[in-house]
Amino acid sequence: MSGKRSLGRFFTEYAVVIIFLVITLASIKPSGLSLVYIVQEMLIRLGRNSFLVLALLLPIYAGMGLNFGMTLGAMAGQIGLIFAINWNISGVQGLAFAALLGMPISLLMGWVCGAVLNRAKGREMVTGYILAYFINGIYQFIVLYLMGSVIPITSPAILLSRGYGIRNTLNLEGVRQSLDKLLLLRLGPFALPMATYMVIALLCLFIIWFRRSKLGQDMRAVGHDMAVAGMSGIAVDQTRIVAIIISTVLACFGQIIFLQNMGNLATYNAHDQTSFFAVAAILVGGASVKKATIPNVIIGVMLLHSLFVVSPLAGQKLFGSAMIGEYFRSFIGYGVIALSLVLYAWRSRRETERARESLRGAAAGGAPRGE
Amino acid sequence: MRNLRQLVTDFGWPRIIIFLFLVLLFLGAPFVRVRIDASIADVLNRFGQNGVFVLAMVPMIQSGCGLNFGLSFGIIAGLLGATLSMQFGWHGFLGFFGAIALAAPFAVLLGWLYGKLLNKVKGEEMTIAMYVGFAGVMFMCIMWLLLPYTSPNMVWGYAGKGLRTTITVEGYWLRILNDFLAIRVGEFFVIPTGLLLFVGLCAALMWLFLRTKTGTAMTAVGSNPIYARASGISVDRMRTISVILSTVLGAVGILVYEQSFGFIQLYTAPLTMPLAAVAAILIGGASINKASMLNVVVGAFLFQGLLTMTPSVINSALQTDMSEVIRIIVSNGMILYALTRKTKAAS
Repeated sequence: MSGKRSLGRFFTEYAVVIIFLVITLASIKPSGLSLVYIVQEMLIRLGRNSFLVLALLLPIYAGMGLNFGMTLGAMAGQIGLIFAINWNISGVQGLAFAALLGMPISLLMGWVCGAVLNRAKGREMVTGYILAYFINGIYQFIVLYLMGSVIPITSPAILLSRGYGIRNTLNLEGVRQSLDKLLLLRLGPFALPMATYMVIALLCLFIIWFRRSKLGQDMRAVGHDMAVAGMSGIAVDQTRIVAIIISTVLACFGQIIFLQNMGNLATYNAHDQTSFFAVAAILVGGASVKKATIPNVIIGVMLLHSLFVVSPLAGQKLFGSAMIGEYFRSFIGYGVIALSLVLYAWRSRRETERARESLRGAAAGGAPRGE
Repeated sequence: MRNLRQLVTDFGWPRIIIFLFLVLLFLGAPFVRVRIDASIADVLNRFGQNGVFVLAMVPMIQSGCGLNFGLSFGIIAGLLGATLSMQFGWHGFLGFFGAIALAAPFAVLLGWLYGKLLNKVKGEEMTIAMYVGFAGVMFMCIMWLLLPYTSPNMVWGYAGKGLRTTITVEGYWLRILNDFLAIRVGEFFVIPTGLLLFVGLCAALMWLFLRTKTGTAMTAVGSNPIYARASGISVDRMRTISVILSTVLGAVGILVYEQSFGFIQLYTAPLTMPLAAVAAILIGGASINKASMLNVVVGAFLFQGLLTMTPSVINSALQTDMSEVIRIIVSNGMILYALTRKTKAAS
């Protein structure tokens, strides 16, 4: 009986991971891709995306859910890159310059985001999501209208032909894969971007250290119960803002790493899908809104992206249309996010109900509402 | 003085700014040679085009389910109705109302399922609605390619299957409501009487519904679920009814929109549609737990007015197209404002 129950619990706990694994494994064969190719793609994508996904961890510790506002940091990183291209700073120096320039912007953005989310406690996720849209409007205003007219841009090559506004696509020739190629390790048929992995490993160490620091402990206390944390003397609002600021700055760096690997910058769209991919990845890795670990991130990136590699071709083979594969992977991405949010909300509701059950008679209340 | 300040706080600064901005646009229009009469006709038209969408927000806000970011389910039902009606080759009023009739069962079914889901996740409705809606839209993207539609007006010419991204409703039910009893006042000014009547009728029905026993119970659930339950109202049932209602209105809304706009937009087009409706009702003065018919009318008018006037006036004045950026900032700014406002009902 208890064995059956714990098995059931295991399935609900890891429902998302299991479903995902099954779909991915099932589509490998029809895609016709070789295992070597898939593994190589995976190694590249691990370097490209992990940093961005790791940026989601701190707000989860702080109980703020999935930080859809990470897009703000991504935009800051893109502004940094635009200037690195403008001043023609190439190589790793270019990336470092972009990061240095993006950092103060993402600090500010993170503070704004944290302050906004503090005004929307209990609905941080949807608010962060809309905030990203809102700031996207401001980003477009700055990049499309102010750059080249108010903000000096010295390189005419990156401007639109009308004289102001940045081009839709920027070639990141100077910094393309400069981090990845800094220390490329060849291992049989595979190429491993060791420098990128090292940066990611450093970030992991930082997160492990941070969790144990005083601030990290406070953050988890806030995430566990804001009221209790507040009573024990933790500055709740400030701690939440710090979590978001760090996440935003990390997202800024993460986006720079992502884009140096991609090699070009879709000036007005590159950040559109950032939070979608990152959030889908961490959830696929078995994280929930309240609980996430570094292994969740790594497993999630590998699983999500292996599906992304195989699904267009599998769609082509199975249905005769690559579009179906494309739609299918978006469907899976959104579906995974929806499913994990539903499972989590459902489970936490059941737990509150169970808690109420045990108090029955003392307080008969209505259905719990998020307030 | 205090009264005035109270009034301003109630109405909200963003709304006042948007209103003044719109007035300014209308005043400025003649100076950049934009015709006022054509603009007003345009605003009226788009007001009607989007009115039902905005109306669809009301039931769920009233029942405490928050902003319906999952309006996409209604839109999907409406698209199914529209494409089926065209597949059957129905024209004119039969085509349009037939589409509504065909969409209704889908809307009720989807709304019922969606409502059941939202009842299981109280407190997280909005984020979940958004993502479930996205997933639904992407799922339908696959379906539009696979469903066995055959009408040559709808499928890709060379493949002979799979629906096109945009399908014209010309020859079926283009402007069927707009042109019904339309009054032509001048060369550029036509009042789309039928359209406005239809939207008015929907709003009136909603107004009446909110005053019936079920409607009052629904509002009670939204304003105080504990009290509502104590007085014997089934909270979950009321919420489900509100979601179904919202979904059906979403289906009708997309059909009204299409007959005026002229095209059925499939695939990823419905992804962002709910956001526009959400923004509109918030601009109209609704909060995330209270909405009235006045909010619907004011919101649809202000939001659509803004969308119509900014491209024409700002572009003529500055010689650049800033309308898209303004739209993004205003509509999302409005939603953000509503989400971050410390509402009295909350906590």
